[in-house]
This record gives sequence, structure tokens and C-alpha cells, in this order.
Amino acid sequence: MPKSSSKTTVIKPNVNKGFLYEVKKNWALFVMLIPGVLVLIINNYIPMFGIVIAFKRYRFHGSFASSIIKSEWVGLKNFEFFFKTPYAYTITRNTILYNLLFIILGLVIPVAFAILLNEITNKRSAKVYQSLMFLPYFLSWIVVSYLAYSLFSIESGFINRGILSVFGVDAVRWYFEPKYWPFILTFFQLWKYTGYNTVVYLATISGLDTEYYEAAEIDGASKLQQIRFITIPLLKSVMIIMTLVAVGRIFNADFGLFYNVPRNSGQLYSVTDVIDTYVYRSLRNTNNISMAAAAGTYQAIVGCITVFTSNYIVRKIDRDKALF
Amino acid sequence: MDKSFEVVDGSNIEKNKLHKSIGNQVSTTSNFFINLLFVANCVLCIAPILLIIIISFTNEKELLVDGYTFFPKTLSLKAYDYVITAGDTIWRAYGVSILVTVVGTILSVFVICFYAYPLSRQVFKYKNFFSFFAYFTMIFGGGLVPWYMVYTQLIPIKNSIWILIVPYLMNAWYMMIMRTFFKTTIPESIIESAKIDGAGEFRTFFVIVLPLCKAGVATIALFCTLAYWNDWWLPLVFITDNKLYNIQYLMYQTLNSIQYLASGSAQFSESSKVLADMPSESARMAIAVISIGPIIFAYPFFQKYFIKGLTIGAVKG
Repeated sequence: MPKSSSKTTVIKPNVNKGFLYEVKKNWALFVMLIPGVLVLIINNYIPMFGIVIAFKRYRFHGSFASSIIKSEWVGLKNFEFFFKTPYAYTITRNTILYNLLFIILGLVIPVAFAILLNEITNKRSAKVYQSLMFLPYFLSWIVVSYLAYSLFSIESGFINRGILSVFGVDAVRWYFEPKYWPFILTFFQLWKYTGYNTVVYLATISGLDTEYYEAAEIDGASKLQQIRFITIPLLKSVMIIMTLVAVGRIFNADFGLFYNVPRNSGQLYSVTDVIDTYVYRSLRNTNNISMAAAAGTYQAIVGCITVFTSNYIVRKIDRDKALF
Repeated sequence: MDKSFEVVDGSNIEKNKLHKSIGNQVSTTSNFFINLLFVANCVLCIAPILLIIIISFTNEKELLVDGYTFFPKTLSLKAYDYVITAGDTIWRAYGVSILVTVVGTILSVFVICFYAYPLSRQVFKYKNFFSFFAYFTMIFGGGLVPWYMVYTQLIPIKNSIWILIVPYLMNAWYMMIMRTFFKTTIPESIIESAKIDGAGEFRTFFVIVLPLCKAGVATIALFCTLAYWNDWWLPLVFITDNKLYNIQYLMYQTLNSIQYLASGSAQFSESSKVLADMPSESARMAIAVISIGPIIFAYPFFQKYFIKGLTIGAVKG
């Protein structure tokens, strides 16, 4: 029976009876798609067309559609205005540099951890380590901001009261001193995601064929040689793919990290403000729609280019791993 | 066919590893240092969580005098007592979180499975088009401003419970995982024979396909549960009505202004008295502890299914 069915599928494209015929024949499958398509249209596709807001002086005219149509067309004025502010440089620099740092550390540390975790002789303790390291991934950035606060609070934080005061060092006003924040932000980013990434690489390592290792052992290869010449080369494709996906998203910062952990402290903006937080503040706090739309569109377009470029490279390396 | 799923099964990982280390193992010394490294790292991961748990059990006066510490002199349950008896705001927010998580997860699982199923079917001619229709949203977006306008002006569900649910109903990434799951678990012949027995598409889907894909559905459901429970972004952007604060957003407000909690219960008692009695520092941490409670309890499930999902995603079809 399955044989005949596969035959009909092969023949069908030749007898092209058009869209309506398909809908009639497989109406149930089309009905199933409706909720998802509706959500995608509302949540993703209409906002895509809403990108014209960035080229207009947006004013509310009764409804969404008429506001977009009736608002005055200003061309690239909003962008000109945005790029003239000092923020444009700061937020672009912060977004890219932080992401670069996170990409490098998010590759090296988890791969090293995964390899080491795999070598631990007591498998039960390896399992416990994995579970404990994975836990931070499941906490929200709000909870993480509480953890940060309990450590860095100026009056009662553990670091000021429990460590610095013991050594007779003056309390540091953490939430007002920009110089510490590149380290603090990087710490919490790693704190939250290292376990997750380690698990990704560990799952790949445990899926590797044991025969390679058996053969290497017979040939007298040491553990270090096995890691160097078997594990790392076999992990390479996963490493490259994970990195390129992250590079594609280099223009998108993790809003939760940059907004919640420094508690949106104004004194820290020079090192904590990224495109996403700037757009949010322009829209919700200063209510500067044109500015927010210009910055958001700039991010969307450059981000799209980076995704396409990195996907193109992924495709060259391994067709199956490409997103599209 | 099931190989990709077996690989991620915990016991199998174990077996593979043991197998691997039959011959030469790392020396006892290096094993010791590797263990030391991981113990240190685990302490680093757990210590901050432990700190807020300890703060929530510390006597309020001690917190004000000595600051936050891992080894408090006097313990107290006053924070939890306060949260349980006086925290109407907190229970309301907790209720909103539970409602949104339950309703959101159920709806979202349906939307995702319904979308993924046709795309997994050989006979469905437009599967490439609809796959791309979903993929594309992962590549390009309109940004925050038009998205905000859609939910405030086009479909004004701002400040309603629906705004906390609708935006997360469809997720292209989970959909792809589910599609791969359907594709690898359900042979076309099963569907074909159900059809011959007279079952319609919907009946086949609910009676045959879904029960066979329980593990995949569970994975997606846990992803959605975590996304809804941990969400603070939607209320941050859209909610101004404090009746609709969820627990995460309530925590956000409380961290910014500790008086927020008191202002909620002020409607029920004299505000100044409540403010003076309130163990504010420890109560704040108690809310954080209560908010992560369900995640800790469900953690074994979460861990298992997340690893499963990771690997399914990796074998993308």
C-alpha cells in the first residue's frame, strides 16, 4: 500500500492542477495551518511592513493603517538625525564588542568544559556537575538581576559588606561606576549560558562513534592526542555552525542582560547601552517614535545582512546545517 | 529512524562514555584537578542562588545592620509570613503567571503542532512555501516600534491578558523541531492506512499521530512553559495596569522600588503601619525564591527534555 501512495506523489507534480485543486484535496492540512499563519501575520509580517514608520514623521491618526498612510513622508531624515547623535556610535560599538566577546568565550569555555566533563572518571559526579551548571539557564533575567543586586547592592551587597569591608577596602558604588560593568555583564552572560552550551557540545561528543577512540587506543594514542586529533576535529562542524549562527545575530543584543542586570542605571549607559535598550527607551521612556523606529530599522537591516552572509558561509561548509 | 532520539537518552550517553574510557583513562592527578575545576564552577553557579535563598530567611534587622551574608546569625520566617498573609499583590501576580503559562502553553502547543504536521507530510505540496513563511521570521523582523504599534493600535489588546499570550503562540524554531519529530517518528504508511480505514485528517492526527509523538509534544510544551513563566518582556512593553502584572514583572517593579509591595496592600490596611512592619528586604528575596520554586521542582523534567530538544534540533531535516 505505501508503495502506491509514494508513486502517486511522484506523479502529481506533472499533473499540475493548481492551488485550488490542492486546497480541495488537502483542505484539512490547510485548516491546520490557519492559526499559525494568522499569528505569524499579526506578530511578524505586519510589523515588517510597518518598517515604513522609520521613513515618516509618525503621528497617530485614529487607526494604525491611516496613521501609517497619513503620516508625513520624511525620507531618510530620521536616520540622519539618529546617526548625528552620539548614541549611534556608542550603542553600535557596545552591541558588536559585547557580542564578539560573548561569541569567543561562549565557544572556548563550553568546548573545553565539555571535553573535560567527558573525561571525568566518575560518571555520577560528571552528571551532578552538568545538572548544576545547566540550572542558571532556566532562570529569567529578572531573577539574575536579583542575584546581581544581592552581590552588588551598594548598602548591603555581599561584595561590599562581606568581602571588601573585611579587607578594609571602601565600599564601591557599583551601580554608578561604568568601569566594572564590562566584567560584570560578561560574568553574568557566561554564568547563564555556559552550562547550556556545554550541554550542547557534550551531547555531540557522546554521539561520536566510539570506534575512532578504540582504534586510537590500539595505536597507543594518549588522551591528549585523542582530544587533539579526534574529538576537536569531529566537533569542528558543530563549533563552526554555532559560531556562525551567533555571528549572524551579532547586531541583536540580549535585552534582558543589558537592561535588567545594570538596573537601567543612567550613569552606566556608556558601557551598558546597546541597540535594543536604546530602542526600548526611546519608545517607552522618552516617547521618541521616529528615533526608535530609525534605530530599530537600522538594526533590522544590518542584522538581516549579517544573517544572510553567515548563512551563506554555513551553506558553503555544510549544506544541511544552513538555516535556509 | 529513532536513532537520533536514542543518542540523547541519558542512559545511552552514560553507556557511550563508559565504553570510551575502557582503555586509557585520564591519570588520577588530572582527574582530581578536573573535578576541582568543576566543583569550583558549580559553586560559582549555585552560590548566588543560595545567597538570595539565605537572605529571604534572614532576620530583617540583621540585613539592615550587617548587609547580605551567607551565614546570618538569626533566621526568620517573617518574610514568608508577610508574603503569605499580606501579599495580595504577590498572589495576584502569581495567579496571572500561572494562568498565562497554562493557557499559553496549551494554545501554543496546538498552534505549533498544527503548523508543523502538514509540513512533515510528503503529500503536502506547499510545505516548502510554508516552511519558508515561518523561517523568514527568524531572519528578518520589523523591529520593536511597528510591533508595538500593531498591539496597541491595530489590535488593541494592550493591558489585557491576551497580550501576555498571543505574541509567543508561534515559534519557528520549536515548529521546526516538531516537524522533524513528526517526520522521523510517523511513517507515511501509517497515515495512509488510517485513511483507508476511513479516518479523516483530523482524526488521524489526534488519534494516531499525536499519541505516537508524546515525547516531542512534551519537549515543546516544556519549552513553552519556560518561555511563558520566565517572561517579563511583554509586561514591560505592554502592561501598565498593575492588576495584570505577572510574577516576573512584579519582581522587576519591586527591585526598582521596594515600596511597591506595600502600595499594593495599602488598600487593605493603614499604609504607614504596613510599611513599618514590612520585612521589605527579605520579602523581596522571598518573592524571587517563590518565583523559581516551580522551575526547581520541575528541573529534572526540564533538563531531560531540553537535552532531547537540543539534539532533535541538531538533526534538522
